Amino acid sequence: MKYIDEYRNKDIVAYFANQIKNISTKPIRLMEVCGGHTMSIQKFGLPFLLPDTVELVSGPGCPVCVTSREYIDRAVAYSRVEDVIITTYGDLIRVPGSSSTLEKEKASGADIRIVYSILDAMLIAKENKNNRVVFLGIGFETTAPSSAAGILKASTAALNNFFVYSAHKVMPPAMETLIDEGIQIDGYVGPGHVSTITGKGIYENIPAKFNMGVVISGFEPVDLMQSIFMLVKQFETNDPKVEIQYSRVVKPEGNVVAQQMLEEIFEFRDDWWRGLGILKNSGLQIRSKYEKYDAEKMVSVEVEETIEPKGCICGLILRGEKKPKDCGLFGKICTPSDPVGACMVSSEGSCHAYYLYNR
Amino acid sequence: MDNTKNILLGHGSGGKLSHDLIDGIFTKHFKNPILDQQSDSAIIPINSKNLAYTTDSFVVDPIFFPGGNIGNLAIAGTVNDLAVSGAKPLYLSVGFIIEEGFPICDLEKIVVSMAMDAQEAGVKIVTGDTKIVDRGKCDKIFINTSGIGELEDKYLNVGSGSGVAPGDKIIINGSIGDHGMAVMAARNELNIQTHIESDCACLNNMISKATSSSNGIKFMRDATRGGLGTVLSELVKDSDYGISIDEDKLTVSESVRGLCELLGFDPLYVANEGKVVMVVSEDDANKVLESIKESPFGKEASIIGEISKDHQRMAWLNTSVGGRRVIEMLSGQQLPRIC
Repeated sequence: MKYIDEYRNKDIVAYFANQIKNISTKPIRLMEVCGGHTMSIQKFGLPFLLPDTVELVSGPGCPVCVTSREYIDRAVAYSRVEDVIITTYGDLIRVPGSSSTLEKEKASGADIRIVYSILDAMLIAKENKNNRVVFLGIGFETTAPSSAAGILKASTAALNNFFVYSAHKVMPPAMETLIDEGIQIDGYVGPGHVSTITGKGIYENIPAKFNMGVVISGFEPVDLMQSIFMLVKQFETNDPKVEIQYSRVVKPEGNVVAQQMLEEIFEFRDDWWRGLGILKNSGLQIRSKYEKYDAEKMVSVEVEETIEPKGCICGLILRGEKKPKDCGLFGKICTPSDPVGACMVSSEGSCHAYYLYNR
Repeated sequence: MDNTKNILLGHGSGGKLSHDLIDGIFTKHFKNPILDQQSDSAIIPINSKNLAYTTDSFVVDPIFFPGGNIGNLAIAGTVNDLAVSGAKPLYLSVGFIIEEGFPICDLEKIVVSMAMDAQEAGVKIVTGDTKIVDRGKCDKIFINTSGIGELEDKYLNVGSGSGVAPGDKIIINGSIGDHGMAVMAARNELNIQTHIESDCACLNNMISKATSSSNGIKFMRDATRGGLGTVLSELVKDSDYGISIDEDKLTVSESVRGLCELLGFDPLYVANEGKVVMVVSEDDANKVLESIKESPFGKEASIIGEISKDHQRMAWLNTSVGGRRVIEMLSGQQLPRIC
């Protein structure tokens, strides 16, 4: 068992493709919330295998894409402070702010380092005692626990030059807001990694309140095809519920240890999402008990006024109302090497995935 | 150009930014008919013969990696650029830029590797230059090589692929993604241990056997920076045909695939340093494949797809699970200092 090959088995994928064709009678529109799903669907060319009745739209589940310009502007401002070293996941460095990007600041001499984990950032802090090291904490319930773990570790190790700038967000408010605002979808392919942490309880509202199913899915082609099948079946039999397809990883109760860590370090705040605006209790801010590690409180900077780009419809794309091809900038002015909107930057962004695999 | 703009790492990625830089700065000012061909090697007619001439610089980090070092790359890179242009590589120049404090024993190790590769490839290193810079002003060692080769008339157009037509088969001489992932894994900051070795190799002997066995080779390109995906999308870009590739036929080693999954790379776009993509007429495809397979660098060679009349100007991948998608040119993703 390699946990990859088995889930990329052509015959099983074909089996589910057939099953979907057999049971699908009415048009159904499904949203994959998670950017990892968008990437996988495009990479394996799955839309080619689905009947015309099944339409997939991409949702707001790429953390880089929903991050505000204001966040990037502030990160850029931090990077211009003499003694600050910025540590960040690679995706973020090319996201355009109002007048600059971290990549451009790096080329102009700012100390910006790409890390694969918050632990690497802490190591940099340990080795550079005369600098202040700011870690750009971005992501949903998936990466927020590692930021929480990092802050806990920093507090026991008395690391005094390490700060987290949190843009962490939680998923359920966005999923409910989209339906509330009248986005036409008939079910959610639920995020696999987020649910690994949270469990399935956070989605129970959706079938109850909106009469719409959620199937928590893995990331391989067999996972996705099976999840789509489960959603089509729910839809055809009018039996919406929360189901876990990704049961080899996701437990109904989630990862309780990670949940406790999140609770210890973070509290909810209202937060701004690209395309969705301000959503109540959708962001995670560091509790005042740990404010020593909160960049927003401890590292003061002046931030330029945020300017949104003209013509970019990232917002509508993130809401599933438009597809990348509907955007006048797509593939012309906005390309992965010279992105206008964040959806083109991240490898999980829907514009980037469409550009690479489906143009 | 805008004087507020600076060079970004992306300008060296081989993707769109690199092309912008080449068009907007270099060819704009260096303009001449030979340069304008923009192929891997310049083709220079002298008397009744054609010479192929090429140059490449190497800044790989780390300089020693599983399967090779910066010196092996510097020979293979230039030899292969000449060979895929249809030329027999003959003479190389070598330029070293070395940081103060660099261990001479490491330099000798690199030079010995270069000498051995050159001998095996049958090329002579006939001139060179050395510059030393202050500590911290370059990272250990950078190498430039240039090379000259003699072109066979029948392969004058093999670099541009102008004779490619529907029905032709596409061959690659083995697994993809090894070099890029070997270098990534060797970087200290990743803390990853794998058994991936770079595929770095001089392919000229293998290629010359193949070209002498057949008149049907219509296109060759080494799939270095940007990987196989970039070669295919560049070939098809201005054409009146399409490409269709079967993912099942591609060889990707278990470890390369694993590391790509982990780091979020697509092996199609990961650099190789010992892989050539050939387009061969249908009649000659098996003959050329057999010839390549005889080489130690071609044991895993296979026909991975074909040129088609359909979906013009697009390279399609038939995915291993039965889906379909377009193979685009690498744009934006970057692995700096991979060669």
